[in-house]
Amino acid sequence: MSGSRIAVIAAAGAFSAAAAFGADEIASYEVEGRRSGFLYMTEETRALQEDAFLNPGMFAVEEGEALWNLVEGDEGESCASCHEDAAETMRGVAARYPVFDEKRGGLVNLELRINEMRTSYMGAEPYPYESDELLALTTYVANQSRGVPMAVEIDGPAAPFFEQGRTFYETRRGQLDLACGHCHDRHPGDMLRGDVLSEGHVNGFPIFRMLWSSMGSRHRMFEWCNTSLRAEPYPLGSEEYLALELYVAWRGRGLPIETPAVRR
Amino acid sequence: MDKRLAIVAALAALLAAGPALAQIAAYEIVEGAIPQPLTDSPGNPARGRQIVRDLDKATCLICHPMPIPEEPNHGQIGPSLTGVGARYTPGELRLRLVDPKALNPDTVMPSYHRGEDLYRVLDRFENKPIYSAQEVEDVVAYLASLDRQ
Repeated sequence: MSGSRIAVIAAAGAFSAAAAFGADEIASYEVEGRRSGFLYMTEETRALQEDAFLNPGMFAVEEGEALWNLVEGDEGESCASCHEDAAETMRGVAARYPVFDEKRGGLVNLELRINEMRTSYMGAEPYPYESDELLALTTYVANQSRGVPMAVEIDGPAAPFFEQGRTFYETRRGQLDLACGHCHDRHPGDMLRGDVLSEGHVNGFPIFRMLWSSMGSRHRMFEWCNTSLRAEPYPLGSEEYLALELYVAWRGRGLPIETPAVRR
Repeated sequence: MDKRLAIVAALAALLAAGPALAQIAAYEIVEGAIPQPLTDSPGNPARGRQIVRDLDKATCLICHPMPIPEEPNHGQIGPSLTGVGARYTPGELRLRLVDPKALNPDTVMPSYHRGEDLYRVLDRFENKPIYSAQEVEDVVAYLASLDRQ
């Protein structure tokens, strides 16, 4: 009786470690003084993230896996038709994005790459940005990189976009006249009313955000922050947010991908 | 007479500049302060205490601890405002509210009575200061009353 119970618990433990989060555990939530948003969460929130059975973002991972295998579009293909086992082929991809794309002459992030694959190779419709489907598939793909340190390319053709992103980050905006760094460089750990400010890293995205009771992309978070400053946001997927995403991903370089992270 | 003409000219200039700037009171900075009130009607500290708690007016509590015990979750970004009335004159408080960047261009503190030189302000807030001139006076009166540690 007690033996079989232990076996069940052991099996459940093995499932949560292997099937849900991939073989590698996250090495560290702090790298060279850069601290993941995880470390600014309460114990309860951290526990929620780390338990694959409780982490609400795992629903998006499961939904994303179903979409990965779903045949759609004129070509009769699914993601898996070409990319096969995401655990192998997608490992590390999210840690490198966004990247410069020659055909586009600009940056693409994971969301836009998924949509480009759908339109160019599958003959399928692109998903609307921030749709449940695009969030789920992005979350599934990013989850394959759990534990892989973020390392985006900022040299060569990406350099001007990186500089554009840096300028965005450093520019005061909105009625409150604040730049990103005023909170995220100067005041991480301090209370902003009832919330603890974090360093603003993006290694956990798409995240399950309690405030939204849903998954959200990096660009939705940028939009939310801009609007909080009473600043006009940019469209999700815009050149401006792609450039900011590249800069912010570099700013958090070395931090392991945590997708799906749980945040306030 | 000359002075009166100057005021009329200033008003005409403000009206010509459109509704935007007309909402911003004219003021003069003298030695790190705005000594003259922005309005003729004296600030009301009780009203000021209400204004500083107002979420729609970017409540001070987002960033500052204040002697307002009935409100939860005071911020920690800025210094505590307990006793601030003993540390600064009303004129110094007024400048710190109206345009703290005149004292420190790098400050995190927003300018509560400024409508121009701002970037990408959301439509519904465009050309509107966070506080009207009278609200500045009410809040200055309230902060000046916080003279005990």
